Amino acid sequence: MSDKEILKADFELGFTYTRSTGPVIGHFLTELQKCKIYGIKGSDGKVIVPPAEYDPVTGETLKEFIEVSDIGKVKTWVWVNQPLEKHPIQAPFAWALIQLEGADTNFLHAVKVKKEKIMKNNMKVKASWALPPKGNITDIKYFEPI
Amino acid sequence: MREVAVIAYAQTPMTRDAGAQNEVELIMQVVHQALDEVKLNQTDIDFTCSGSCDYLQGVTFAFVDGLNAVSSVPPINESHVEMDAAWALYESWLKIQMEEADVALVYGFGKSSPGELRSIMTLQLDPYYLAPLWPDSVSLAALQAKAMIDNKMITEESMAKVVKRSRKNAKSNPNSQLSGDFSIGDLLSEPIFVSPLRKHDCSPITDGASAIILATKEKALSLCRNPAFITSIDHRVETAQFGYRNLTSSPSIQKSSEVINLSDYSIDAAELHAPFSHQELLLIKELQLNEEVSINKSGGVLAGNIMMSAGLDRIGSMFNLIKSGKVRTGLAHATSGPCLQQNMLIIMESKNE
Amino acid sequence: MSEEKILEFEAPIYFKYSYTAGKTTTSFLNSIKKGKLVGQKCPKCRGVYVPPRGSCPKDGVATEEEIELPDIGTVESFTINYLPIPGGAVDPPYVSANIILDGADLAFMHIVDGIDHSEVRVGMRVKAHWKPKNEWKASLENIAYFQPIDEPDLPLNHLSDEKNA
Repeated sequence: MSDKEILKADFELGFTYTRSTGPVIGHFLTELQKCKIYGIKGSDGKVIVPPAEYDPVTGETLKEFIEVSDIGKVKTWVWVNQPLEKHPIQAPFAWALIQLEGADTNFLHAVKVKKEKIMKNNMKVKASWALPPKGNITDIKYFEPI
Repeated sequence: MREVAVIAYAQTPMTRDAGAQNEVELIMQVVHQALDEVKLNQTDIDFTCSGSCDYLQGVTFAFVDGLNAVSSVPPINESHVEMDAAWALYESWLKIQMEEADVALVYGFGKSSPGELRSIMTLQLDPYYLAPLWPDSVSLAALQAKAMIDNKMITEESMAKVVKRSRKNAKSNPNSQLSGDFSIGDLLSEPIFVSPLRKHDCSPITDGASAIILATKEKALSLCRNPAFITSIDHRVETAQFGYRNLTSSPSIQKSSEVINLSDYSIDAAELHAPFSHQELLLIKELQLNEEVSINKSGGVLAGNIMMSAGLDRIGSMFNLIKSGKVRTGLAHATSGPCLQQNMLIIMESKNE
Repeated sequence: MSEEKILEFEAPIYFKYSYTAGKTTTSFLNSIKKGKLVGQKCPKCRGVYVPPRGSCPKDGVATEEEIELPDIGTVESFTINYLPIPGGAVDPPYVSANIILDGADLAFMHIVDGIDHSEVRVGMRVKAHWKPKNEWKASLENIAYFQPIDEPDLPLNHLSDEKNA
């Protein structure tokens, strides 16, 4: 039997999960509804954004929420010429690790600019909000240079 | 500790699309080949453990169906990990240490051709902050490569050198998917895929399966002329908080190197599980491997990458080198998660005089 | 603007796949398209499997020898489903049963109908009720359901004897 004679069928598989947030992620997502970004203070005093439930090093339960800015600096970025169907921007765009003002860790999100040339390390970007926000990480549509 | 060795290894040819062959047919080939190599039957196996990921083929609990490839009547002692089969090998090694088994069969399989691998890999990410944005495996690796380039740790040229050596070494690996002689100039003239990565910096999409048999020292020496003893083994994982990690270093590799006393060994060769060219350079740096260590004689995963078996294949490839007498002490490495999040190190040695 | 506290969120995931049936399943589906049920025989234990998977689940060896089976068999076990399943092809209540075809060593699941549900029993002899020929495709759905035939039930011990033979 040649490969051409083998039967094939396309199908779509859906996993329709609803995720519970817990108090830390829940707080972050609740505040996103007000277009506010919250981090959490780690064991060493560093502000982790988005907030971790437990300190990544010590494993300590974290509780102290800190509001950070929706403006930050691009620390690393890459350029996607051909977005995948599921990507948040359906035109060439950048993924970036962004350090928000007030945060000590990086936040991964998309940056919308017209050309790769515009992207620079340490460039300032600001969140562009989906309105009305629903309490999901996608409430931040993407970041844009300012 | 019981002395445990790899005594047999089999792998299907690594292909872009295994087409007509389903998972069971792929597994059956390698399980029989590995058993035949040491003249064992399934009834001689005390513990069977596999590694795979249902999302790849889009069939839930596919690993249960995979069991049709091994003889399971009368019932067998069996387990499965939803990750690379290198971790199934670790579980089997533990089972032998616990004296619940003397001989174990480990297999991994993955058909990546039916689905959209880049997006499927998103499902291994944090489902709250990351997965809803759908960053894909290539984009995340590109971020790591870019950070390494910005830190002047690597260049696009040094990445191309990794690819060149992989393809060249793969010429002598009959199962490899990508092989051949390429110049650095040729490679660098290829278009950018996700900047700064070119397609050849990324391991290919591969279908296939592989199997390994582990045994205690006594059994190993009676069944195999030159078994590869697992002298030391450790695995570590880093935080799932992607933005918390410094992608230009690998604390998990550093820690595991310490735990297995890597610096005490004189390593002849290493098989590194680096799905992206820059990751091989990061691994070499973190493992402090000098230029005398021969890297990825098999071609590594850039020459063929059976998802959920590629880590096990590094152990198998090192076994091949040791069994043939080409290597006395080798290092095998397996990885899992985005940007080398989780890593396993294994020292493998020949005990032949 | 909502001030609602977020306790959970919907995170549906959809993936498109291209499924390849493989050699054995392709051969089975091509036969059923012509109204034939073709299984495979294990070279070691001679067990017969339908639908075939290309391997013997008992011996873990490849099965290649093909064997045509009748569309008559026995209900090995069954259940009456009252709850709708999202995306389910049949409206409840319906009877799903494990049916073992005459000459086969492994049951498969199908629908039993053409009888009052309360009368379905283990050991009951059944025959395939095929859809009209012009609706046949490469699918086990060519059989609309299995319906009882006028034959005495198989005793339970006979059913298990058959399988352990």
